[in-house]
Amino acid sequence: MKSFGNLFWVFVFLLSSYTVQGLYFHIGETERKCFIEEIPDDTTVIGIYKVELHDPKTGGYMPSNPNIGMHVEVRDPDDKTVLSKVYSTEGRFTFTSHTPGEHVICLYSNSTKWFAGSQLRVHLDIQVGEQAVDYANVARKEKLTELQLRIRQLLDQVDQISKEQNYQRYREERFRQTSESTNQRVLWWSFAQTAVLLTMGYWQMRHLKSFFEAKKLV
Amino acid sequence: MASFSSRNRWTCPALNYLNVCHLLLVFFLPALVSSVELTFELPDNAKECFHENIQKGIQTTFEFQVVTGGHYDVDVSIETPTKQVIYKEVKKQYDTFPFVPETTGTYSFCFSNEFSTFSHKLVYMDLQVGDESPLPGVGEHITAMTQLETSAQSIHENLNSVIDYQTHHRLREAQGRKRAEDLNERVQLWSILETLAVFSISVGQFNCERPIPESQCPMLQF
Repeated sequence: MKSFGNLFWVFVFLLSSYTVQGLYFHIGETERKCFIEEIPDDTTVIGIYKVELHDPKTGGYMPSNPNIGMHVEVRDPDDKTVLSKVYSTEGRFTFTSHTPGEHVICLYSNSTKWFAGSQLRVHLDIQVGEQAVDYANVARKEKLTELQLRIRQLLDQVDQISKEQNYQRYREERFRQTSESTNQRVLWWSFAQTAVLLTMGYWQMRHLKSFFEAKKLV
Repeated sequence: MASFSSRNRWTCPALNYLNVCHLLLVFFLPALVSSVELTFELPDNAKECFHENIQKGIQTTFEFQVVTGGHYDVDVSIETPTKQVIYKEVKKQYDTFPFVPETTGTYSFCFSNEFSTFSHKLVYMDLQVGDESPLPGVGEHITAMTQLETSAQSIHENLNSVIDYQTHHRLREAQGRKRAEDLNERVQLWSILETLAVFSISVGQFNCERPIPESQCPMLQF
């Protein structure tokens, strides 16, 4: 009975990992789709996806065609590539942010066609931070009771909240710096403009005077 | 693993090798929750649709907000499997729409930027299907929870709403910040161009004030 219980939970786990991919969208074979995640640093992001190819014969979508691979590219806020790998039709990718900011996750198929091929159906699920933790696994590995697991979840959530607030401070500082820079630029521009106009005016007057003198009008 | 079965506090009639309650759990499993948050760019004159297979009777909440672009508005529509439109808004900036699907099937959530000619929109969307799935082992027993468990549960729910508020705050702040950065760049560009324009106008005038034949001075042509 106990071994059946274990088997049952393995089955449950497998089923849950299959049903997680709910949301889907369509892209062309040569098209590139990007998603932006604005996250604080030291945050784990897990992406689970599944790709299906449009079958023109049945009008539906064929699951797991082994020819299609999915190229996943993740860039950090400084436009540096964090992750760039080709995965199979179904898989998951993980990355941890080292700098706070907007990370761009781009998906495109590794199709070699030059112009638009057939449609692809992509199931995608992106989990950030605390949502990315698999608590069943944690409970099993560390042998936690329900309450201990619940407290662990609360700790993770609070950790995420404080990281986000720290990031918020950093963003507000950037915003303030941008506004002050705009203020400075407008100030300097107005001084420069006045100086330029006065100089041009003076210069023109001088040459107008010499022009009139040359023409013997003055 | 052994701890889960030992904490089963209710008794179920065993059916040879199959436990009826385990079976029931398996059937209820596909009705799992899914909560997806995505931020994507919607180019001008484009339409983007997301689809999800939702079962009837599950409380679903759909939320969206335009982060950057133009007047921060987008056209949104939600279609049921029977092609009926249950939500349609034109040029909306943000909204949240809870609904309970009446039929099981594929629901489509479409965003359209077709009314805009040159502004890309950055759109945040959040689709929550069903309630949050309970922690493994926590939702198992149907006897009453202790006070400690109850308060831990309510702390968890409060933290969930804190995270939600933080997300909304971040989106609003991103709106303001991106606008400010855009303004900063534009001021820089415009001040340089304007200085150059003033320079070239003055120099052009200056050239015409020198004694040169009238036919060569563009100003005197008028």
